[in-house]
Amino acid sequence: MTAVLETQNLSLQFGGVNALSDLSVPIERGALHAIIGPNGAGKTSFFNCLTGYYRPTSGVVRFEGTEITGLNAAKVAALGIRRTFQNIRVFPKMSVLENVLAGGHLRATSNLFAITFAGPRFRHTERQLRDEALASLEFVGLVEQANNLAGDLPYGMRKRMELARVLIAQPVVVLLDEPAAGVSSVERAELSSVIRRVHELGTCVVMIEHDVDLVMEIASEVTVLDNGRVIASGRPQDVRTNPDVIRAYMGRQRQ
Amino acid sequence: MSNEEVGRRATRARGPRVARGVGVLAATVAAALVPQLTHNQYYLGVAFQAEMLMCLALGLNIVVGYAGMLDLGFAAFFAIGAYTTGILSTKEHWSIVASIAPGVAVAVVCALIIGFPTLRLRSDYLAVVTLGFGEIIQTIAINLNQTGGPTGIYAIPALTIGSVVVASNTGYYYVFLVLVIVFALFSTRLRHSRLGRAWLCIREDEDAAKAMGINTSHYKLYAYMFGAVLGSITGSVYAPALTAISPASFGFSESLLIVMAVAIGGLGSIWGVMFGAAVVEIFPEVFRQFAQARLLVFGVLLVVLMVVRPRGLFPERAFQGVGARIRATLARVKGQPTVPRLDAVASLQPTDES
Repeated sequence: MTAVLETQNLSLQFGGVNALSDLSVPIERGALHAIIGPNGAGKTSFFNCLTGYYRPTSGVVRFEGTEITGLNAAKVAALGIRRTFQNIRVFPKMSVLENVLAGGHLRATSNLFAITFAGPRFRHTERQLRDEALASLEFVGLVEQANNLAGDLPYGMRKRMELARVLIAQPVVVLLDEPAAGVSSVERAELSSVIRRVHELGTCVVMIEHDVDLVMEIASEVTVLDNGRVIASGRPQDVRTNPDVIRAYMGRQRQ
Repeated sequence: MSNEEVGRRATRARGPRVARGVGVLAATVAAALVPQLTHNQYYLGVAFQAEMLMCLALGLNIVVGYAGMLDLGFAAFFAIGAYTTGILSTKEHWSIVASIAPGVAVAVVCALIIGFPTLRLRSDYLAVVTLGFGEIIQTIAINLNQTGGPTGIYAIPALTIGSVVVASNTGYYYVFLVLVIVFALFSTRLRHSRLGRAWLCIREDEDAAKAMGINTSHYKLYAYMFGAVLGSITGSVYAPALTAISPASFGFSESLLIVMAVAIGGLGSIWGVMFGAAVVEIFPEVFRQFAQARLLVFGVLLVVLMVVRPRGLFPERAFQGVGARIRATLARVKGQPTVPRLDAVASLQPTDES
């Protein structure tokens, strides 16, 4: 089995509304998989099902061949499936460094005794984690901001900080919800370079993105959603010319 | 290699840490000298009551300041400690020190019973539930024979540590001073560990905290339990200090006083919370010259304070103290593109490559 993360016949209903219907999406190991589709297509709902924020009405989510459907968000994160949020969620009153350290929460394993007496081993693990947090910040180009409040960062930097927070966890799969939305063209270039590097390091990246140019530029695989269904999937250049995709984005051509 | 050495050496620069240590030491010495300045029993009484409130506020700070859960019934844990010690020392003739542990145990069990089903509630609902818990404990204390009913428990023996019998206001002043210092250090340790970070994440954004792999319901329970432990220990020392306890001391107004101390001082800030407790305890006493109007004056002062400094007198500061490390990292990357170098982040390689 080559799919690291996959869904089978995944459906999600809110009351009578079918947010997702019968989605079977395999995400290949080592892929940079883009999920695109018009607004309301169910992209974020799909992410929420994958990461334990929503419980699908029916269907299965598998990670490394094991079913993870219905696990809570913390457990899913502990498996190495890490995400960012569409409307960026930083911890505003904590410093940038602490935000990233929080991402490494599961890697700080000191027990209460060690914490209380701050022995050498505790200091060692904390220092190691701090160095890794700084390395993650360096990776996204934010070391200078480490001691600033996350709430004081401008939008583009928050996005990069969220990415650093994901990376310190050494994730197996990274899910990015609209990483390039609302950022300037300079920041966009930086982001796309960061994402590509993450992918090159061997991490599987899944991203929701509206920026078609960005998707065509870096994605290895594209799945197009519309009205909660997969309407096309494949390599970017094939999907781009798919008539269903064009119809979903542009509307039906007049007779 | 040499860069790393630069980093190591830079980290050893401990200027800020020394300054902080000096500050703590100076505050401790100043506090320790207070009983030498006056022998007025009234002043000393107010002083150790202020210290007691500091202990309670430090306990509540873990729940409200760190984890962001509004607890309006914190006096319940204070009561549990005080009553456990009161009952064990008068009826079973336990020593005060030995009665602290059972008090803590009862408090933790109660925290689990109340916390487990309710801590998934969000702030407002949680406030109502904890308020109810506070009332329940007080009502139990009023109605149970073992707790002495409305009159409470009296003739609680003095605290003895080894062969030293603590029997004066001065003595309890020092005992509580030690307790304040221990609680403050413990809170600081917690704050700068994964526990503290997890609590702050929950306070800031609970859903995002889950994405960090933080089991939010567990961590909220931990915060509640730590608060209960500190509250209960304070109660156990409070009982012999006053020699008598009654349900009236553990009502909603006491809970509110503790919340006030935390909010006035600054949520999550150790210095702030201690200062807030001192203000809440001492100011009404200072205003005694206003006689009947003293609480009114105090109230007005509080309103002004919250308008002028909405985040408290000494608001929490973001975690700092890696300036040297950052400078070292910066020195290492200087002159290189802001964004990624692969070799610099070898540690970021995913562990699973199968």
